[in-house]
Amino acid sequence: MTVNGAALCVSYALVDDNTMIGSPDVVAFTKEDEYSQTNSDSLALPEEFSIPLHPLADSNPWAKTSYAKFTKDFILISEFSEQVGPQPLLTIPDNPKVCGTFDLNYFSLRIMSVDYQASFVGHPPGSGYPRLSFVEDSRVVLGDSKEGAFAYVHHLTLYDLEARGFVRPFCMAYVSADEKKIMLQFQELSLRFSQASECLKAGNRRAFAKELQRKLQDLEYTHSVLQREEGRQREAGLQRMYSAYAVEKANELANVEKSIYEHRDLLRQISSYHHRPRRDPHAATCQKCMTECLSECEELLERYAKLATPFSYTEQGGKGEGGQGKIDDEGGDEMEEEEDEGTKRRVSYTPQLIKAKSAKCFDKRLKSLQELCDETFYEATVELLKETERSFRGDRCYLHTRRLDRALRRKMKVTNFLFEEDLGDEEEEGGPLRPFCAVNHAADNYTRLNPPPIVLGPEPLELEALEPPDPLDPASIHESELGLGEHHLESSPSDQTLGTQESSEETKGSFSSDKSEMAQAQMQQCVTGLKSDSDLTSDHNTDLERESSSEELETTGGEDDGDNGGDQTPVSLLEVVSELEASREDDCEGVTDGACEMDSDLLVPIDTACCMSQEGFFYEASSPEAVPNLGQSSQPGPFQTLVVNQEPHALLPIQDDYAVGSPCSESPATGLVLPVGLLGDAVSCISVEDGSDCTISASTGSDRAASPLGYGGVVTLRHRKKAGQGALKFVRQYPFAMQALWCLLSGRTLVVLGVDEGRVRRLVAALALFVPGPGRCGERVQTWLSCPVTLADLQRWKLIGLQRVTSPLGASMLYSLSRYSRYISILDVDQRTLRCQPYRGQLLANVADHRTYIRRGSTYFLHIQGTLCRLAARAFLFTFTHHLHLPVSSSEGPEAVEGRRRCFLQEQLGLGEDDSQILLYLSQLITQQYLQPTARSSAAAPCFSFNFTTSILYKI
Amino acid sequence: MLRWILGGRENQSSVEKSPVLCIGEDQPKNWFTELQVLKGHFDIVRFLVQIDDFRCASAGDDGLILVWNIETGERLQELRGHSQQITAITTFTCNNGVTLLITASSDRSLSLWDPDTGNRVQTISDLQSSVKCLLVLERLCVWVSGGEELCVWSKDFQLQCHRQNHSDTGITALTELPKNCIAAAMDKEIVICRVTVSPDSSVSLDEIHCLSNHQDQIRALISVNDELFASGSHAGELILWDATEWTMLAYQHILWEEPQASSQHLTTNGKLILAAVGSGLYVYSVLTKAVVAYRKFLSLTYGSVRMWEIQDLPLPAEPASPGFFAIWNFGRLNKHSGPSKKAVDIPNVRTLALTGDLIGHSGAVQMFLSFKENGLVTCSTDHLLILWKNGERQSHLRSLALFQKLEENGGL
Repeated sequence: MTVNGAALCVSYALVDDNTMIGSPDVVAFTKEDEYSQTNSDSLALPEEFSIPLHPLADSNPWAKTSYAKFTKDFILISEFSEQVGPQPLLTIPDNPKVCGTFDLNYFSLRIMSVDYQASFVGHPPGSGYPRLSFVEDSRVVLGDSKEGAFAYVHHLTLYDLEARGFVRPFCMAYVSADEKKIMLQFQELSLRFSQASECLKAGNRRAFAKELQRKLQDLEYTHSVLQREEGRQREAGLQRMYSAYAVEKANELANVEKSIYEHRDLLRQISSYHHRPRRDPHAATCQKCMTECLSECEELLERYAKLATPFSYTEQGGKGEGGQGKIDDEGGDEMEEEEDEGTKRRVSYTPQLIKAKSAKCFDKRLKSLQELCDETFYEATVELLKETERSFRGDRCYLHTRRLDRALRRKMKVTNFLFEEDLGDEEEEGGPLRPFCAVNHAADNYTRLNPPPIVLGPEPLELEALEPPDPLDPASIHESELGLGEHHLESSPSDQTLGTQESSEETKGSFSSDKSEMAQAQMQQCVTGLKSDSDLTSDHNTDLERESSSEELETTGGEDDGDNGGDQTPVSLLEVVSELEASREDDCEGVTDGACEMDSDLLVPIDTACCMSQEGFFYEASSPEAVPNLGQSSQPGPFQTLVVNQEPHALLPIQDDYAVGSPCSESPATGLVLPVGLLGDAVSCISVEDGSDCTISASTGSDRAASPLGYGGVVTLRHRKKAGQGALKFVRQYPFAMQALWCLLSGRTLVVLGVDEGRVRRLVAALALFVPGPGRCGERVQTWLSCPVTLADLQRWKLIGLQRVTSPLGASMLYSLSRYSRYISILDVDQRTLRCQPYRGQLLANVADHRTYIRRGSTYFLHIQGTLCRLAARAFLFTFTHHLHLPVSSSEGPEAVEGRRRCFLQEQLGLGEDDSQILLYLSQLITQQYLQPTARSSAAAPCFSFNFTTSILYKI
Repeated sequence: MLRWILGGRENQSSVEKSPVLCIGEDQPKNWFTELQVLKGHFDIVRFLVQIDDFRCASAGDDGLILVWNIETGERLQELRGHSQQITAITTFTCNNGVTLLITASSDRSLSLWDPDTGNRVQTISDLQSSVKCLLVLERLCVWVSGGEELCVWSKDFQLQCHRQNHSDTGITALTELPKNCIAAAMDKEIVICRVTVSPDSSVSLDEIHCLSNHQDQIRALISVNDELFASGSHAGELILWDATEWTMLAYQHILWEEPQASSQHLTTNGKLILAAVGSGLYVYSVLTKAVVAYRKFLSLTYGSVRMWEIQDLPLPAEPASPGFFAIWNFGRLNKHSGPSKKAVDIPNVRTLALTGDLIGHSGAVQMFLSFKENGLVTCSTDHLLILWKNGERQSHLRSLALFQKLEENGGL
């Protein structure tokens, strides 16, 4: 039976577990009552927000997993093979540990044995040709209570020319021990699996069309050979015309002709696939894929339609076979031949003679799933399923909470930017179904999945010194893309020097007066290119190596002065789940778009050799074209942007470690471990991740992993949780932590000054939790700066990690600090002092209590989140309350409004003067965000507020 | 309440020695609590000129003229055309009320710009010498350029007449006087010329007087009010002149016990003249013809803008009158100074109190422009412009905009 997606009710009776193969439990699934409820009361709290008052007695979510033989949910893909029957093909995650002792073969048998559809094969009455069956997918929830396994099962069929009835049944199943979880997630599971299924099918149609094409070529070739033979016989004499051999040949020829017609009809059918009305609402196909496939099919169809006289398989085939004489009675015209040749060259397929008798069904090897679907589509589907698996991790309770959380957050768009991590442009629940295409999205993402810009050395850019970077060197290629997109990351040493550089270029541009406007524009462009490049080559290079070692030391050192045994407690389940969630967040955010985005999966360090072997991964455009341009790079030209941005130092050995490539976790120890990831074997992943929270993180890069800040990565929940530990440490170590937090929350730039980069970076990452509106990638935070701060820096960044150096540069750095001291607060990590304005409020005592009993970083993070969330809510209220900002009547003066505002802040919200400042600052941010949500554009620089109050120095 | 703002270009010392001048961070009277950095220039920004209530133009050594919206901080136009540094800029309002910009550059050209469209309306190149100062005579609808020679131009950029200069230093300052006269400072002399427009609309320029009372090179020349104009010289002289009779009314020689105390700059509000002399400030009353207040500094921080207020002076200042005096120093100041400051017992002397300073620029402040309550624009050698604003006012304006948008959107 085919399931109608709208009704979504596969109402079978729940059969008690029986061991009979072929009659699995089919679980009733109904949604009627929910539908009837939804619109009853518009004012009532939506159902998803309500919390059951009395949890059911047996609702222990872990109770059921006990007798399941697998440890966690997984996705199983099975096939009903016509040769061997039901068999499992793969599981996601692809880890034998996941399934444990669970018998996949047996379970495949059960889920595949549901005779869910009468796949109609053969000749329908009235038509001479075999029909392709267009079968809609079906969705069933099955249970095997004995095994303790329940599954959402999605059946689909793929076309295979060699298969019986041209179809091969497959199924994808989401297997879980929790029946209720599957029931509750049915809609979403169904949606996601439909997407995966559509993706597979789209690929399958392409592959099928290709297969048909080959087959047709074969047939036509065979046909021509047979015909030639027949002709020869005819010449040989009539007497042999009716010999048995000749008759057999004639039959064969007729068969081949028939077969050609049949296959041509199949091609027509497959290309008319898109015109079929789909009953399945989830089966929205990507328009782009569809048109691509359609055009491909139509092209084929057109070509083979021309061969309506089946004799026109021209002699090219014969020539290809070599030596066979040309047959002169061919009627094909030149044009056709040419065209045919053209297309043939493209497909480069040598047709083969088809034997009259087809092989036995069991002799031939059935195509694998990869072969059935186009490779890219297959990969995309697997990615999609992996993503699905990740997003359904955790138990029901957790999923529910997360959904609540998201739904609530989505409602507070106006204030979310303050303290919440970016939700990304997630699918809007309940919205219209988007045609989804994993493949094309992935393809488009290719350009966007660029790695974060890695700031490389301070060596000045010398055009003469430009040498062609190795096109295969990933570093060079990535560099070329960095300059173009990632402006917010520029860590300009100082705007002034930048300006100078610009000016020299600029004046050149404008002084050559005979140049046209166009030329100037190009010049301008190239200047911009130079600029961004010079930004990249700013300052950090020399520190990188030093830092990696120092950080290692620091990591251990940091733990020493950190906490006592509190953190050694075993990992709670909540923790695991949240880590799971976090890693999942990483992934899904990586998939969504955004210029600054990186896919954390792609950021696993690999060495260059590894990258080289995978050149296919790299963004194509930059590799082949870039090289020739390099020769002329000393003259600024329109291509300059690209060329100059090719990091000239890309060949330096140091960068090998910073290469970024596709997931290949060969060498986790080398170089920069950027947000690592996640993936399939989450079990091991979790332990590592969590270990870093409560024990000592082993790798050098863990600090980086903890803070994508400054690396262009999206700051995700996981990073923030890790930062929570740092924040907790800070609060417990520094008695003036409250003042520091107040600085950040009231919008005063905080400079963290220190010698040790690792320490400063970690502290900055921790404090970044308190920066309101830090930006999606932490644009308002600079983790490590080693040049004097300028006013523009203060305007751009709200939290700056500054290197303390003892050199002439250090003197000018200190000078700049003292000069701008009225705008900043300075936290000196080495001397443990804080210079900032005094804070006398009460609001932050709660989060910055250095005798706090909170021991775990993630707990503390949640605590902070709670407080900040509350603050944001108050700021929202304050911002959008009309009478607190504007007079109620025309007779009212500004004093009255002012008084009302003060009254509101002090009496209604109970905030003192200093605490009010926090609220005012948050309110200001909300206002700015509301007025220009896409602000920070080129046009106007952001404002920078301050006040004139004397700072004092806090010491431990 | 009267405030002065001083853009200092002094020695770079982070520590201020004089306790009086160290105002610290607590500045309750300083309402500039928000700033916006405007980037765009590639070299020293020397000039700022106000176009209308919300626009200003900046020009500098990079030959660029940028037009800014000071309410939003947006760059509205970028006027390109001069190949060398800008030496003078002024606004020119035609009869139809459209404000245009006239610029002069070291590339010996003059240009007329439309700041609305960014077009170069007129241009004259290949002048004999570069123009150092510009003066627009609105009433006559002509404008005057001063350099090696003094030229009068019509609004269509037609040269009406010109007068060769005898001195080799050229004209350094120009100011307008009543009765269609202009005063031009050349070395130690002030030449008074009369511009006459004959009925056939031909213009003539006659030198009618020459004032040579100054002992040293004249550095500043300003018109105080309809009756008076003032000039200051390199030696620290301040002379008050009658604007119609061209006679000397008062002569004040300001000395700070320094070997060199040049009058760097003069500014006025019609009643008081503020002179920046040497490393001090001097307030001179036109009515009493006496020094009212003075303040001498030992050292200043580099690139800051300071605001002063004359205390104990109940000024019946009308709010419309510009509350700012502008001072900017071009000359080099001596770092070392006399051992101590003597208490000069001049009756009626009031004190100049520092009410605030604006720190932002990393180079010497070249000029500033006040837009009253809308803010203050400063430009500096660090290639930046900074827009200083009243944070409270801005926040109020944003609130207004927010509720307006809220209304337009019909809710959140």
